[in-house]
Amino acid sequence: MLKVLVVDDEPGIRSGIDRILSKFTVGYPFMDEDIGYTVYEASTGEEAIRIFHDNPPDIALLDNKLPGMGGVEVLEYIKRNQLNIEVMMITSFASLELAVKATNIGAYDFVPKPFTPQELRSSMENITKHLFLKRMTQKMNKEGKQIRFQFLSVLSHELKNPLNSIEGYLRMMQERQAGDQIASYDEMIDRAIARIKGMRVLIMDLLDLTKIESGKKNREMQQTDLVKIARISCETMGPMAIQMEVDIQLNSPEEFNVMADAEELEIILNNLISNAVKYNKVGGKVICTLKTVNNKLIIEVEDTGIGIPEDDIPTLFREFVRIRQKETKHIMGSGLGLSIVKRLIDLYDGTIEVESHPGKGSIFRVVLPVII
Amino acid sequence: MTNEEYLPLILLADDDPDYLFQMKFALEKGGFRVITAESMDEAELILEKDHPKLAIFDLMMERDDAGFILSYHAKKKHPGMPVILLTAVTAETGRQFGSNLPGADGWIKADLYLEKGLHPDQLIEHIKSLLSH
Repeated sequence: MLKVLVVDDEPGIRSGIDRILSKFTVGYPFMDEDIGYTVYEASTGEEAIRIFHDNPPDIALLDNKLPGMGGVEVLEYIKRNQLNIEVMMITSFASLELAVKATNIGAYDFVPKPFTPQELRSSMENITKHLFLKRMTQKMNKEGKQIRFQFLSVLSHELKNPLNSIEGYLRMMQERQAGDQIASYDEMIDRAIARIKGMRVLIMDLLDLTKIESGKKNREMQQTDLVKIARISCETMGPMAIQMEVDIQLNSPEEFNVMADAEELEIILNNLISNAVKYNKVGGKVICTLKTVNNKLIIEVEDTGIGIPEDDIPTLFREFVRIRQKETKHIMGSGLGLSIVKRLIDLYDGTIEVESHPGKGSIFRVVLPVII
Repeated sequence: MTNEEYLPLILLADDDPDYLFQMKFALEKGGFRVITAESMDEAELILEKDHPKLAIFDLMMERDDAGFILSYHAKKKHPGMPVILLTAVTAETGRQFGSNLPGADGWIKADLYLEKGLHPDQLIEHIKSLLSH
């Protein structure tokens, strides 16, 4: 509902406009609901200004010829005080000079008097759509900026922390804090290298994310054997799985051709399988299942790991969300893996859901409507 | 030879394991025993059990105000134990922060606020001076 203030000294005009607008709505095909109007009235410019402060309208329909201050002066008042009100002038006679002046000061449009209901409706439709788009843009810019700012501030933390700790280790060596034997510094060197590795993973993930975000990632949709990609993912995780004594199983047909971008499928599988290994228990299991249900591709990655508390599941796919648990403290991660996975799945109009039992394990289930 | 048992015990709480490693190393070289905590829970438990002579808390751990909460609890339990809060506030915001701040005295319970980038030698000087009071 938009609030429309009609400012006119002729009661007949005011009630006429009220009648026309009360039954009129404006819509876009992509909007859930049409926009209607609540109309209220002022008979002088002075009264209108009082109402602007008590109960400001979205749109003001301003007659130019008013008894006291004129419509153009009311319009000037709105602009001078930067009130968030769109103005449509009603001009008693179609004066080009006046219309030009009002438009210059910032009126959105004008209707000449006398006007037909249809003329008023079409002018209202224009101003309403203009207002709707203006507000949507403002809202999106604001939200976008906020999200971006949050992201950057967390990111700078994530990049600074490892630098600080690497610098710390180098200073300890520079000052020979552990003596002159290089072997005394082995643990520090290992720890510094581990932080560098973590940082490299973060930067690689960040590059993936930016590519997806900016839409600049070259997507190559072609017949791709998903099983081959899954095998490579499992092999890549092999060394870590052996260390953790985790057994990785792949349940799939011999070959599984889908129409998709191979690199994207690889990123999805790599992230899910590496999480399933990383957050597993010693001697645990990872089962990766590839199948079709109702012509849709299903990827399931099940683990016997530490599980995810139910409260944390809704934020799991956000950037830099790493669920803090005693068990995850020493596990390295950029905090971007699952958010990348989610974005890629969105590109396919697919879905991802998580089922998890803390202490027992989790299942990540991806559904992709791809051509098989 | 110093008997290790008699060296003053210092509690060091920070969520970055590398920072803990580095500070522990430096403080031990400076003549202290160090017990570390990576979370607020761990720190509270140590305060309960081990009666450190002095505690050093990172301001931001799993919560942004973790250091404040820990100092409050620490002072309640051991009123005589000096507490140092470590912050990265100046490095991050360009603004200094501490007990000299008007109005901060009442509710921030730490004895000293230090920047995280401080050289360990200087930190050790501060610790020694707080312990000698």
